[in-house]
Amino acid sequence: MPGKLKAKIVAGRHLPVMDRASDLTDAFVEVKFGNTTFKTDVCPKSLNPQWNSEWFKFEVDDEDLQDEPLQITVLDHDTYSANDAIGKVYIDIDPLLYSEAASVISGWFPIYDTIHGIRGEINVIVKVELFNDLNRFRQSSCGVKFFCTTCIPQCYRATLVHGFVEELVVNEDPEYQWIDRIRTPRASNEARQRLISLMSGELQRKIGLKVLEMGGNAVVGYLQCFDLEGESGLVVRAIGTACTLDKLSSGSAPNTNTHMHPNTAPASNACNSPSKDGKESPLAHGCRSTHNSPVHSVCSSQRLSQNFSVSVPTLIFTGMGSGGSAGKEAGPLRTLLRQQTQTALEQREFPFFTLTSFPPGFLLHVGGVVSARSVKLLDRIHNPDEPETRDAWWEEIRQEIKSHARALGCHAVVGYSESTSICEEVCILSASGTAAILNPRYMREGCLDIGCTDHRFEEPSPPNCGFCHIPYDELNMPFPAQLTYCYHCRRQKVPDVLFTTIDLPSEAAVAGKGCLIQARLCRLKKKAQGEANATAISNLLPFMEYELHTQLMNKLKLRSMNALFGLHIQISVGENMLLGLASATGVYLTALPAPGGIQIAGKTPGDLSSEHISSIQKRINDTIAVNKELYQINPPELAEEGVGSPIPEPRHRSRLFRSHSESSDELSELDLSHGKKDAFVLEIDDTDAVEDIHSLLIDAPPPTGFYSCNTENMPGISNWTSGVQMFTSVRVLRLSNANLTNQGLNKIFTDLCENLLKSFYFKLRSMIPCCLCHLNFTVAVPEEELIQVTVTAVAMTYDKEQTQEKTAEKPVNKGSLEAEEQLQFPLELCADSSSSNIQTASKISDTVSLFTPAAKLCQNQLLIVRSAGVGESTNISPRAASVDYGSFADRCSTWLELLRLKAHTIRRGSVKTSRRTQSLAHSVSSLERCSPLQEGRSRSLRSSRSFGGSSVTVVKMTPLSFLSGTRIIKYLGIINMFFIRETTSLREEGGVSGFLHSFIAEVFAMVRAHVAALGGNAVVSYSMKECVFMENPNKNQAQCLINVSGDAVICISETDQESSASTANTGQTGGGGTDGAT
Amino acid sequence: MSVELDVFVGNTTIMDEEVYQLWLDGHTVNDAVKVRMEGGVMDECEASKDVLLSDTMDQYRTFQMCERLLHSPAKLANQLLFQIPPHRQIMLIERCSRDALIQLTHLFQRSHNSLFLYLFVKPPPLCYVSSHGNLFFVSLSLFRYYAFDDTFVREVLGKKLSKGTKKDLDDISAKTNVTLKSCRRQFDNFKRVFKVVEELKGPLVENIRQHFLLSDKLARDYAAIVFFANNRFETGKRKLQYLSFQDFAFCAGQLISNWTVGAVDNMVEDMDVDLDKEFLQELKELKILITDKDLLDQHKSLVCTALRGKTKVFIEMENNFKNLSRGLINIAAKLTNTKDVRDFFIDLVEKFIEPCRSDRWTAADMKLYLTHYTNSAHILDTFKHQVVWDRYMGVVKSCIFKMYHD
Repeated sequence: MPGKLKAKIVAGRHLPVMDRASDLTDAFVEVKFGNTTFKTDVCPKSLNPQWNSEWFKFEVDDEDLQDEPLQITVLDHDTYSANDAIGKVYIDIDPLLYSEAASVISGWFPIYDTIHGIRGEINVIVKVELFNDLNRFRQSSCGVKFFCTTCIPQCYRATLVHGFVEELVVNEDPEYQWIDRIRTPRASNEARQRLISLMSGELQRKIGLKVLEMGGNAVVGYLQCFDLEGESGLVVRAIGTACTLDKLSSGSAPNTNTHMHPNTAPASNACNSPSKDGKESPLAHGCRSTHNSPVHSVCSSQRLSQNFSVSVPTLIFTGMGSGGSAGKEAGPLRTLLRQQTQTALEQREFPFFTLTSFPPGFLLHVGGVVSARSVKLLDRIHNPDEPETRDAWWEEIRQEIKSHARALGCHAVVGYSESTSICEEVCILSASGTAAILNPRYMREGCLDIGCTDHRFEEPSPPNCGFCHIPYDELNMPFPAQLTYCYHCRRQKVPDVLFTTIDLPSEAAVAGKGCLIQARLCRLKKKAQGEANATAISNLLPFMEYELHTQLMNKLKLRSMNALFGLHIQISVGENMLLGLASATGVYLTALPAPGGIQIAGKTPGDLSSEHISSIQKRINDTIAVNKELYQINPPELAEEGVGSPIPEPRHRSRLFRSHSESSDELSELDLSHGKKDAFVLEIDDTDAVEDIHSLLIDAPPPTGFYSCNTENMPGISNWTSGVQMFTSVRVLRLSNANLTNQGLNKIFTDLCENLLKSFYFKLRSMIPCCLCHLNFTVAVPEEELIQVTVTAVAMTYDKEQTQEKTAEKPVNKGSLEAEEQLQFPLELCADSSSSNIQTASKISDTVSLFTPAAKLCQNQLLIVRSAGVGESTNISPRAASVDYGSFADRCSTWLELLRLKAHTIRRGSVKTSRRTQSLAHSVSSLERCSPLQEGRSRSLRSSRSFGGSSVTVVKMTPLSFLSGTRIIKYLGIINMFFIRETTSLREEGGVSGFLHSFIAEVFAMVRAHVAALGGNAVVSYSMKECVFMENPNKNQAQCLINVSGDAVICISETDQESSASTANTGQTGGGGTDGAT
Repeated sequence: MSVELDVFVGNTTIMDEEVYQLWLDGHTVNDAVKVRMEGGVMDECEASKDVLLSDTMDQYRTFQMCERLLHSPAKLANQLLFQIPPHRQIMLIERCSRDALIQLTHLFQRSHNSLFLYLFVKPPPLCYVSSHGNLFFVSLSLFRYYAFDDTFVREVLGKKLSKGTKKDLDDISAKTNVTLKSCRRQFDNFKRVFKVVEELKGPLVENIRQHFLLSDKLARDYAAIVFFANNRFETGKRKLQYLSFQDFAFCAGQLISNWTVGAVDNMVEDMDVDLDKEFLQELKELKILITDKDLLDQHKSLVCTALRGKTKVFIEMENNFKNLSRGLINIAAKLTNTKDVRDFFIDLVEKFIEPCRSDRWTAADMKLYLTHYTNSAHILDTFKHQVVWDRYMGVVKSCIFKMYHD
């Protein structure tokens, strides 16, 4: 019995009138934990009762402490009849179980009733006394910290990243139990709320156990989801990344916290990164020359002359770098490194990371998006204790993801997430992530300390472009991509576009600002049952994925950008349609080639409609020009003719065709190039195509003063001011027209999304200049003919002035960055991983669950990529690896593959890729040096401006991992709340909108109250993961389920911190060396 | 194809001043959209009509949700449903009127973790107000909710705040050009305030101010309304039509502070709402001034001596003295009857103001006459009721001054 839970009921206020006769209430409170219940006295005839109860003590197992919520019920005493319930409060006591988090929960909680909503408030104090060192008890996992945040939390340092943890628990849904027929809706809702609360607790405990087994002490990027499978049950599942976190003393926090505001440093440099100067500067020439003849000494000398901020360690690296590429010194080191990476990752079943942003240097290379989908038929879960089927389903999907990543030459998947969409008995399981190569240092114990890293392990690589360099072997390219030399370091190859699910790395160099890019798609589907339905859906999926990808690609080009971050594709299934929504943040990475324009082509060149075509072409060109201006994209224009020779003319021009040009032969015929750059060709062959192009153009840019993105950081903006407004918006559209076409539906859906955005801009106009960050769209088809879009995002104000100020200092920065680019190490990591692929990949190809002919169709097409001209490679040992590229895109493999799928797949046959004889050195870029970090910090401190703290507890909420202008000093625990609201008087509550509006407001209020009770003043990484709305207007009824989560934190304004920095040594923090002031 | 559901909820509640006013004025959503469109708000953010409609609906819903809180504004201080971060309080002070500021500090003191309505006000160019002036607008919005149209209140003044009266609101709405919705809100406000202060001890104005967090001025007006409704003063007669609400509110203030129980004892229930019965009884004693012939003549000669040569209407004053004096004292003597209390104002007009007006007294004449009329009574040897006389004439004098205009 290792824990004692104590609760005290202090008072109530604003209680509802329960006795009509006296207009008063005789309230008392029941406090329940597990099977023990206590009661307070009745406080007669008061709407503001003062109970001031004794301490109710519960002596319980720590296992229960983790699973159970404390349940507080407020009732109205009635002498003659049954007592009436006023409402309940569930308090998750998990935050009290870690030593560092909250020590007491105390505050006013809204009393919530599932039928009436909030009815007054109650003041409660809760404490926990733990008796033993709980880590010895393995049923419980008290002490493991959970974070929703998808990066290393501020004020912590990751000493070790262990990897992927997952768990799921299933149960019968109380709503579907027989007893539900005889109990009241209130009882049913409460049973459900309680069950889900219990299951979440259990899930968290089980995950905690896994973390302890791995030797970690925390879960970061914890993502918990519910699958309401109806008759077949209720699944609660969660994934996360196990880590070993060290708490930083508050003094040293700012040092590491730099990467939490990624972008503050390099992005500012990027947003103006004018590389016109760069082009003319001798430095750039120096760079290029190194391309031809790798004489590194040249570069290093230049670096000396150019860069004022050179630090000593950098010079050491330089020396090592130049030596390393040719010399043998680095040889053993490299091998060592590789082995470490290999072993660290190979040991794991799934080398997945739910994190989306990483400490600098963690991410070496990014391959591209990998995703997998599977359509399943739900059946009853017979034995809830052994949820094998669900486990097996996810296992399959994960294996598939893993194999895709291997095919991309990557050993890890980052920014990984899973989701489901359920309609009746059909369920689409989806998983996606970004294939990547990680720095092995983070997998080893004790090597993460940035300050005291063994320098010999630092393999300097250009931090601002390294992650763009292709991780796969150029000879064994898994898909046809157009490779060029990196526009930054000119040493390694980069693809022409890069799609990822992660956030823009803080060190990445970008030009201009980013923007939200969305692809939206509707597909009608015949109503069907069972397997036929599942088959129909899986037949549609690949086409939807392809269409979405096409749209994304076109819109990206239209904005003159070349990379997508935070890509999230949701496919939602309804009875008679499928909805697809892909959101991402487009950005111009200066390391990647400039995107070509979009070329419009008629079916036949001398078409009558050529006038029409040229007018469209003009519109497109205009739009591109306008967008360039709008997003301030002035990339370094590296004259291609100047560089010419070192960049191999790509054999394939990757060109996207509208659906009718299928063979690659046609490709070469239609060589419509857009200047010297590669152009996208859109062929107009029918009215559909025209409409598509129109729809391409109707995406209105945000009004002046607004920017939008769906990632944690807005590329190109870092100088946030303190204005923060988190909001949730829900819109449901009823399609009245019974016989809609795909085209019509698309239009409706697109308008729906666009109008939502327009509404936001209008409502938030008082915040201009501002940016909508972390725009998270969720689509659902709750009923036939209904489309529901739920959006959660945060609007943040920023300072326009400071952007300009920063422009001035950028050249300095650029110098230092470019100097670093000289360093490189070749490493054959990829070769090895791809050879190991051979076995796994071929196996995996059959594990995919298939219902569908379409999937089989794709499976036939094993793409064989062989590297031929092996011997010709210059420096590095040739890799004669033959990659069996299996399970190719049945539902959705990597995006880039789909490009190919379109061009070739439909021919139904195996396809050969081109062979590339030229081989390039692949370098594994390593940690960036310390100096840029420092620069970044100074900037980030300056950029944040905030206002004096206030005495009033206001709880801010944001879906981001940080709050602008503040620094998080303490994480108080995870907030994970589930609410059901039901009404039988829908009209009286203002119809569906009124009902939902007040429910969402109530949910916010309850979240805030819980955070405030924990002693916090903000919620970060907030998300509304579920918002299920059902209505029956004829019966005047509606029901809604909402699940929200986030991290409760205490944050202090940065100005406060600075001013108190001098006094910090004495007070504030117990930690040893507080050198925050310096 | 139709929008079935459309909501937008911010962690901090966004409210638009303009829409708030439109809502208070009882405009329908569609009317409000029209007004906003004419106001040019569409140009600001490339908004379309749909966007405006959606926004207006959201705002209206928010106001409706707030309405419950506005009914008992004291709850607003510690309610949890809406959030306002009260940063930049200094800016507030600069922008607040002194009166509003007192209310605000009041609010603050009572709620350490107060979560208020957060009002993002006006779009740019006034948008800088939004981040600075939050609280200011909270109280403003409160005032606004409890604000009323003088024309409307004039119609219901002195009527019973009952369902019967509420049924007549559509007529009043048509007559005053105030929308029915707005009429209902105002009427319900009166009723709510009435109901709350009915049961409270202590001074009326102070109670209203504390309980509803209203400004001093507004609290006084409400006190007047409550006072009139309680005593059912007749204000609707044609002869009283020329009087404005403010005239009556002034008179009510005079009556409350001089003639009620609260004027002598300030810890009685209803003390400011009911007239002091003892005092009304004592007023009967004043009759001696008109029933005793000697006293009446003596009084007249004293007044006439004092007035002679000081006014153009001296002759009329002299001729009318007995009539006027009888009028005023008869009013006093009859006040024990509730019926006659109701007719207090109409009696003042009929018995005093109208005769004077027909003789073309100026306001200065009136002042002069009443001053001497009151003071002369003190010199009368046989007149022993000086205290009651002063208490009566003090109020009547100032009421008549206020009411003596066209």
